[in-house]
Amino acid sequence: MATTTAPTSSHPAEASRQAKHRPDRNYRRRQRWGWLFVAPFALIFLTFLILPLVYAFRMSLFTSTLATGNKFVGADNYLKAFTDPIFLQGLGTVAKFALIMIPAQMLVALVAALVLDNLATWASKFSRLMIFIPYAIPVVIGALMWGFLYSPRFGPASSIFGLFGLAAPEFLAQDSIFGSLVNIVTWQWAGYYMIIIYAALRGIDPGIYEAAVLDGASDRQIALRIKVPMISSSLVMVVIFALIGTLQFFTEPQVLRGVAQGAIPVSYTPNMYAFTLAFSYSQFNYASAISFALGIVVFVFSFIFLFLTRKQSGLK
Amino acid sequence: MALVTDTPQQQDAGRKTRGTAARNRARNGGPRIGSHIFLLMLVIYFITPLWWLTVASTKDTAGLFGGSGGPLWFDDGFHFFSNLQGLFERQDGIYWRWLGNSFLYAISGGVGATILAVLAGYGFAKYNFRGRAAFFGILLGAVMVPLTALVIPTFVLLSSVGLVNTIWAVILPSLLSPFGVYLMRVFAQEAVPDELLDAARIDGAGEIRTFFQIALPLLRPAIVTVLLLSVVGTWNNFFLPLAVLSDPLLLPVTVGLNGWQALSNAGSGGEALWNLITTGAFISIIPLIIAFLSLQKYWQGGLSLGSLK
Repeated sequence: MATTTAPTSSHPAEASRQAKHRPDRNYRRRQRWGWLFVAPFALIFLTFLILPLVYAFRMSLFTSTLATGNKFVGADNYLKAFTDPIFLQGLGTVAKFALIMIPAQMLVALVAALVLDNLATWASKFSRLMIFIPYAIPVVIGALMWGFLYSPRFGPASSIFGLFGLAAPEFLAQDSIFGSLVNIVTWQWAGYYMIIIYAALRGIDPGIYEAAVLDGASDRQIALRIKVPMISSSLVMVVIFALIGTLQFFTEPQVLRGVAQGAIPVSYTPNMYAFTLAFSYSQFNYASAISFALGIVVFVFSFIFLFLTRKQSGLK
Repeated sequence: MALVTDTPQQQDAGRKTRGTAARNRARNGGPRIGSHIFLLMLVIYFITPLWWLTVASTKDTAGLFGGSGGPLWFDDGFHFFSNLQGLFERQDGIYWRWLGNSFLYAISGGVGATILAVLAGYGFAKYNFRGRAAFFGILLGAVMVPLTALVIPTFVLLSSVGLVNTIWAVILPSLLSPFGVYLMRVFAQEAVPDELLDAARIDGAGEIRTFFQIALPLLRPAIVTVLLLSVVGTWNNFFLPLAVLSDPLLLPVTVGLNGWQALSNAGSGGEALWNLITTGAFISIIPLIIAFLSLQKYWQGGLSLGSLK
């Protein structure tokens, strides 16, 4: 860093008098200020991240029953979790969501960003804001709204499908609840991802397109062969965000559970399962094991994804 | 990105690009009709639920079930103000208490998280203290830790110190924002030149004064972004308050409205509060929409921070 040289050069007289020791000592003493600036955050970080993690891990190694009290059981809770069909089913559900929901969100966000980047009209500025607006809506409110829209009693589906003489699909039935949830999440988050991708596209030097046009590239070729590769690090980041969010899926199914009578069980996703275990059955130890196991799965998947895309993300 | 072009050439490139755009427009016949139709469809998709909510907030329960204009248009009767009155009367106006709680949690949690992130981001970016690399590495890992996995242990920890079911159970965990610190560090590294800090030090300013008078003004765009992200994050948080609060008077508006919805869905035994839910939801989203629209020039640039290295 440049800080080491600056004091020496600006006080030449002093520097020659005191040899080299003084500025060095000053520099080193000053660096301790870094800890002071970081300390308040470090305190919160320790209390509300490290401590709960350690605590959850400890809790997950015990089991508590009325008869025997707290008993150390080692990895038993984890063995139980990874052989628990309900937990595994929940993991399977979020994995399925990740495979379908993330590409859906990315596709909408990327195509919207590419189209918006090509236009510079008031209409595109307006569209950009409108596509983003759902992000400002709390997830609970978003899920409540879609619950109403999906409902055969309140929703517009029957009149819209009626126009074409069709019967409206039952969005809240067992078979279609998956797609209905994918739609809610895509609606809520695609705009946020679109803004990140759009900002990255705006950061590209326009001179590059000029060269491509001279070489006879079409708009589509420019989009797919120049723009997308150049913003790959943003795309990787956006996918990581989506992955972390999807694997912890909780709010939308929890809210929709009430309207979708019977289509969403209390253990639909691992987070919902942990919540139910903890707050309906007071099984805090097993719930901690489930939470911790889920945390590890999320961490490992994010890490694997970052590793596989290390070239694109520039994290080599 | 390595920009080889200097300023005049870039301007030249910009002019040429505009020329290209004009040429493309001519080639495609008209001002990109296909793109505009595509955008229109996207806008309709993204805005319809909000339009529905706006319309629904003006209906009474009967109108919500079978109003004359259908779900996507106004009913004959305009019931927004009577719904509003219903929100004041229902359980002594508990809705407004919820809204107030949401403001309290979002602002104290959001502002607090931002202050911590600014200090820490600046500390990481501009000081080379012992243990910096290790701590920042741990912090980057923490960005990937699913925060909902922390809710249940946080609940148990808070209950062991008697903080469960108090406002602190929501505010204190909301102060944690590893991503905010990361954004702030990335931004501070670029936006606050070391030379400027050194100049201030030579002029005799202490570290604290240097931070407040030199660094802080330069960090303003990132501060607005982190503030907005953490306020929104706290305002939207559902899992944490759902787990740590049981007193109805302490709930934020999200958890409160969800409770009303559960009550209404309970069917014959419950009460139908549909009109209060829609009006309450409509009112609760207005503050954030205003915040985003009025601060857009800050966050739009700021959100790209994380994606650029």
